[in-house]
Amino acid sequence: MEVPILRQGQYLIASIQSALTDADLSHLREALIAQVGRSRCRGVIVDVTALDVMDSFAVRTLRDIAHMARLRGAETVIVGIQPDVAFAMVQLGLTLKGVATVLDLEEGLAFLDGRTKGGLGGGAFDKSRRPPSGPPRG
Amino acid sequence: MGDELRLPIAADVDVVEARQQGRALAAVAGFSSGEQTVIAAAISEIARNILMYAKKGEITLSLVQNGDRQGVSIVAVDQGPGIPDIERAMQYGYSTSHGVGAGLPGAKRLMDEFEVDSVVGHGTTITMKKWRRAI
Repeated sequence: MEVPILRQGQYLIASIQSALTDADLSHLREALIAQVGRSRCRGVIVDVTALDVMDSFAVRTLRDIAHMARLRGAETVIVGIQPDVAFAMVQLGLTLKGVATVLDLEEGLAFLDGRTKGGLGGGAFDKSRRPPSGPPRG
Repeated sequence: MGDELRLPIAADVDVVEARQQGRALAAVAGFSSGEQTVIAAAISEIARNILMYAKKGEITLSLVQNGDRQGVSIVAVDQGPGIPDIERAMQYGYSTSHGVGAGLPGAKRLMDEFEVDSVVGHGTTITMKKWRRAI
């Protein structure tokens, strides 16, 4: 089952529709990373609302997507982790440390808007490098 | 009660099938949706372990009863290489296959009973059970 990847402005949105095999997840990772470069996008949203289980492989793949996308200049946010899925993840000892997660797609878009704002050179990494003399934040 | 469901595990689609069947069985046993997810996640981990280490095997799902408690039993059998050091394999974060090392210890955390029986060169049998909380 291939995961459709939509482009919206500067963002890519991967909306998982059904249970995924390990191969599907790996394919999603590769497709997203390739497309981050091709479409020069600044943000990636992976919508996992339809996933009813996340095991260690799924969690690792999502973490890899976020880290690889960051190396390619894009921020990733995972949206839609269901309550039962969160419960099982915590019991399994799985974390998405270093990966942004928000409640739903709407918040995901707002999150990326906040992180990628600032026009040219305004990627997440540039933001932290901005000299202290820059405009005050927050 | 004697019903059991035997599922061959030989490809990654079988892992998805096994966890979906496990969830369905857990629902029949009356587990909450949170517990169904936990059981499905545990099945996913041990099914993937079969694929990674033994290439193929079988998972048997069944309903079990102990007095007035109802539960599910999951038995995973393979004729793979076996686990040379079970103690290490049960350590969180230990993996010989570039995995995250959450498979066996993770599944154990999720279930109430968990047993590994492995003979190097002959294969591995993992038996795990989860019981419904008394009402």
